[in-house]
Amino acid sequence: MLAPNFPGRKEDAVRRVSITVNGAEHDLDLDPRELLVYVLRERLGLTGTNVGCDTSSCGACTVLIDGESVKSCTVLGVQADGQEITTIEGLATNGSLHPVQEAFKDTHGLQCGYCTPGFVMATVSLLRETPSPSEEQIRHGLEGNLCRCTGYHNIVRAVQQAAGVGV
Amino acid sequence: MIPAPFDYEVAESVDQAVELLGSRDDAKLLAGGHSLIPLLRLRFARPALLVDIGRMDDLRYVRDAGEQLAIGAMTRHNDLQHNPLVQEHTPILSHTAGLIGDPQVRHRGTIGGSVAHGDPASDLPTVLTALDADLVVRGPGGERTVPAEEFFRGVFETALGPQDVLTEIRIPKLGAAGWTYVKFTRRAQDWATVGVAAVVRRTNGTIDAAAIALTNMGPTPVRARAAEGALKTPDDAAGAANVVAQESDPPTDTSGSADYRRHLATVLARRALEEAISR
Ligand SMILES: Cc1cc2nc3c(=O)[nH]c(=O)nc-3n(C[C@H](O)[C@H](O)[C@H](O)COP(=O)(O)OP(=O)(O)OC[C@H]3O[C@@H](n4cnc5c(N)ncnc54)[C@H](O)[C@@H]3O)c2cc1C
Ligand code: FES
Ligand code: FES
Repeated sequence: MLAPNFPGRKEDAVRRVSITVNGAEHDLDLDPRELLVYVLRERLGLTGTNVGCDTSSCGACTVLIDGESVKSCTVLGVQADGQEITTIEGLATNGSLHPVQEAFKDTHGLQCGYCTPGFVMATVSLLRETPSPSEEQIRHGLEGNLCRCTGYHNIVRAVQQAAGVGV
Repeated sequence: MIPAPFDYEVAESVDQAVELLGSRDDAKLLAGGHSLIPLLRLRFARPALLVDIGRMDDLRYVRDAGEQLAIGAMTRHNDLQHNPLVQEHTPILSHTAGLIGDPQVRHRGTIGGSVAHGDPASDLPTVLTALDADLVVRGPGGERTVPAEEFFRGVFETALGPQDVLTEIRIPKLGAAGWTYVKFTRRAQDWATVGVAAVVRRTNGTIDAAAIALTNMGPTPVRARAAEGALKTPDDAAGAANVVAQESDPPTDTSGSADYRRHLATVLARRALEEAISR
């Protein structure tokens, strides 16, 4: 476990939690005010999950909890006790990209890439709930994620490719 | 951003939650956290203790209770959107839940949290007001039921006391009534600038009953009684819409002025009534 270097940590409030991240179980002593995104980034070193806004708006921090997309800046680490988290680092298997990652790469669904981990995770969750989405369903389904570069067009194409629906 | 320090306890039952709420001044429940955590991060809220009811899966259910649907307070927006009983008996609730925020928000936010928070820009309280839902509350003195129309008292103010837990929402089944909820937002993912819920019961050329309620047109959901009374036949949609803002007291903010909101409510109400009448 990484050193708990959390500023102003409230020792008497600390809780022991057990969180499974990308298949590995971690027992952590968390100050309850630690947001999940910082637990992932600063305790576990999983910096693929980005912080864009810190105000629940941009979706850059999207991860999966028990398979469902959530904004990890809006979840307390202690709320994830006993749950399974998947981050962008957990998608590739044996060195091969996940089909959604592959599709973003193929269709040029990114420019600076800052929003991309969030979009990829939101897409994985969307396709789990709606395996063959229409273009409208894709655009609505990614409403919680902002991209300042691409204009979204190629992101929609990436999702269509990953879903195997008409491009 | 990092919230101010607080203590944290997990409640395993409603009774335990009530007890924990009473154990400290300024203790607060945590459900989905999607209204509370943003406030904690900004330090607008600084509770001494958070009592997490988010793991109480026995408050996450939809049950057929005869004339009504009974919905547990921890039922998430995403559950409401996809639950077959909700889709069949109160489709307006499932439609509206699907308009809340974005998928990530709907995966976490709960109906109980939406109602208890008392935010006049929230969508579900308006729909529950139009549907004459009953809210079941458990506190130190036992259980009581509060009609939705009496529950909302002001901006972030409800009938809930400091030790009360909202446990269930009971909604009369809609049957053959026409319905819709129309929400106007400036951007995807936004809260409603104005929202209009409409439920209309008709037999051929006459309207037997109408219920209209408005979002973000005052400190609480507003029941538009004048417009309800003006809707006597299916041809009255525009006329009723013209008086829809009569009982309202809309705010002025960055999304629009009070006058703009009154105008918008009229336009949205006409659309909502036409849709509800034809459904
Ligand atoms: C980006 C974003 C966009 C959003 N957009 C919309 C939108 O368009 N429309 C909309 O309606 N909402 C919107 N929301 C709010 C969302 O619906 C919240 O989930 C909801 O308002 C609160 O539910 P919660 O379970 O998250 O409650 P919490 O945040 O956990 O709690 C909210 C308040 O209610 C109290 N509380 C919670 N449960 C209970 C209970 N059972 N009994 C008593 N008190 C309780 C808590 O103590 C707290 O004060 C949005 C939120 C975000 C972050
Ligand atoms: S950092 Fe979480 S939504 Fe932007
Ligand atoms: S690629 Fe730059 S923000 Fe989306």
